[in-house]
Amino acid sequence: MKLFKLRGGVHPESRKELAADRAIRVLPMPEYLYVPLLQHVGAPAQPNVNVGDKVLKGQLIGASQGVISAPVHAPTSGHIVAVGDYPAAHPSGLTAPTITIKADGEDRWLDTEAVSDPFVLSPDQISARVAAAGIVGLGGATFPSAVKLNLSRKNNVHTLIINGGECEPYITCDDRLMRERAAEIVEGVRLIRYAVGAEVVMVGIEDNKPAALAAMTLAAKNTEVKVIAVPAMYPMGWDKQMIKALTGREVPADGRTADIGVLVHNVATAFAVRDAVRFGRPLVSRLVTVSGGSVIEPANLEVPIGTLVENLFQFCGGFRNKPARMVLGGPMMGIQLASAAVPIVKGSSGVLALTDSEIGNVQPSPCIRCSSCVRACPVGLLPLDMAAHIRAGDSSAAVTLGLKDCVACGCCSFVCPSHIPLVHYFNFAKGELMEQERVKLKQESTKKLAEMRNERIARIERERVEAAAKRKAAREARERAAKEAAAKVVTETA
Amino acid sequence: MIAALTSLTILGLVLGLILGVAARVFRVEGNKLVEEIMEILPGSQCGQCGFPGCAGAAQALAAGGAPVTLCPPGGRSVVLELAAKLGKEVNLAGVKDSVPKVAEVKEELCIGCTRCFKVCPTDAIMGAAQQIHSVFRDACTACGKCEEVCPTESVKLQPIPVTLHGWYWHKPNLQVLRNIPA
Repeated sequence: MKLFKLRGGVHPESRKELAADRAIRVLPMPEYLYVPLLQHVGAPAQPNVNVGDKVLKGQLIGASQGVISAPVHAPTSGHIVAVGDYPAAHPSGLTAPTITIKADGEDRWLDTEAVSDPFVLSPDQISARVAAAGIVGLGGATFPSAVKLNLSRKNNVHTLIINGGECEPYITCDDRLMRERAAEIVEGVRLIRYAVGAEVVMVGIEDNKPAALAAMTLAAKNTEVKVIAVPAMYPMGWDKQMIKALTGREVPADGRTADIGVLVHNVATAFAVRDAVRFGRPLVSRLVTVSGGSVIEPANLEVPIGTLVENLFQFCGGFRNKPARMVLGGPMMGIQLASAAVPIVKGSSGVLALTDSEIGNVQPSPCIRCSSCVRACPVGLLPLDMAAHIRAGDSSAAVTLGLKDCVACGCCSFVCPSHIPLVHYFNFAKGELMEQERVKLKQESTKKLAEMRNERIARIERERVEAAAKRKAAREARERAAKEAAAKVVTETA
Repeated sequence: MIAALTSLTILGLVLGLILGVAARVFRVEGNKLVEEIMEILPGSQCGQCGFPGCAGAAQALAAGGAPVTLCPPGGRSVVLELAAKLGKEVNLAGVKDSVPKVAEVKEELCIGCTRCFKVCPTDAIMGAAQQIHSVFRDACTACGKCEEVCPTESVKLQPIPVTLHGWYWHKPNLQVLRNIPA
């Protein structure tokens, strides 16, 4: 099949060999699990359990609230020991609402409703099951999958693309999943296709994963699913890049993929969809790659959601030497962890412990305007100019240059010969602009409140004056009547 | 004589017409700038700028008699908007926006006097006589009027704690970029 030419992109060293040949192992159930209520894009889940409650594996502990939201479930059986704040897997190290479960060691599943043939379900039933299972985009974007399914059906999506790009260095969890559980993935893919009514189904896999390609091609034989090798390049796993490579079409800047009739899901999401639809099992665990130069025994682990990152490192034999940096996710887009005592969430594809030589710790120097970043940018932006404006304190000029289209893939920072932290500038500016927008919204609403209050005070005053006038009139009328009556009495007696 | 009368009459009529048309075409509606500035200001009439309410501040700004950094509850975004509107350069370094604040009632000190509740310009305080008052954080502009009238120092402006929702990356502080001569 003909592939289409892509813009930008970089070729970082893949370093996938550290963990690629290690088969999936199941992490022993840790004693405590810390399940955050917000593991997805949208509104956080609403807890529906109390401290002391006993829960079974797969039981709903946080209900979805709002249009874009996802529920969370107990990853094992045990009892709730805390509902409150716990440090989140976030570069700030701040806390987030979290439910803490003490495992009872039995790991007993809730009775779930399995169907022998999921294809007899209606598309609506499938998305309802996906929504109830709390499935979100497992590639890292964590957008609630059921919302995507419903949107796609409404927009008459004709092409379903399954993303097996996994372009981040080190990360191999999708690779292992495709090698070991290809048949299940293909069934999940077919279920998604059935649910959205797409005509074309393509699975894009980078050509640096020949074993996964072979396994998936075999599993997809005699089905409507087409497995296609795409060139290994970062950021191939970015959904819009994958769409461009496979269909040649570009998603409009302010649009969604559904606007051009395409739906993209990750391979791990397809796997989770199959579990949810066929067995009624919610998303309570995921595959996580543990890798990096400091890790003694890199691994691909099946990990219950809410496991602490430090448990994963311990299981992998601990550290060879003190890691210079711990990262959640891949080295290009992942987040730096201040502490390993933070929980794995639905969107965590890997945890890395990197040595000094693996992280670029070079001091930045001035921009030489070589435009390497412009050539590397997959979106077609001007990172050097955007960063210069932001450095000078003019974020709005960066917006004019397309800051809002930046996906923070990190290609520009990666290629910069002056080691300027370009993406850091963009993340800062995006945050600052969001903050300004929030403040503006608040000001608009408080302004309305102030106006309403002034109107109310004026109205009360007006009513008071009117009431006083009315009382006065009534009193005068009464007095007049009394006087007249008195006069009448006087005349009558006279 | 008739010629003089007609010519003067016609002249008067024509000039009058021109004046009338000009008055319609080039009509000035008050000071538009003041109204536009009013749109930007928070409108809570807190008086922290030293002018009698937001209208007074808007007039002073339009006349150039006040700095664009005059509005404490507005914060940086208002400063930026005002500077853009008035075409002024602004140094944000002096603007205190680093710690956004919100009023908070210390419940053990509140005596339910309703004074704060009466002065709040945005109805952000809920309360009644002899009842503990409480603040709607989303509606509070941190104007500080409640703090002034509280007899027991129960209402205080507190910095809003940073949460995951509002956190964002700090600006890269690259000393090295500045030290190297261009």
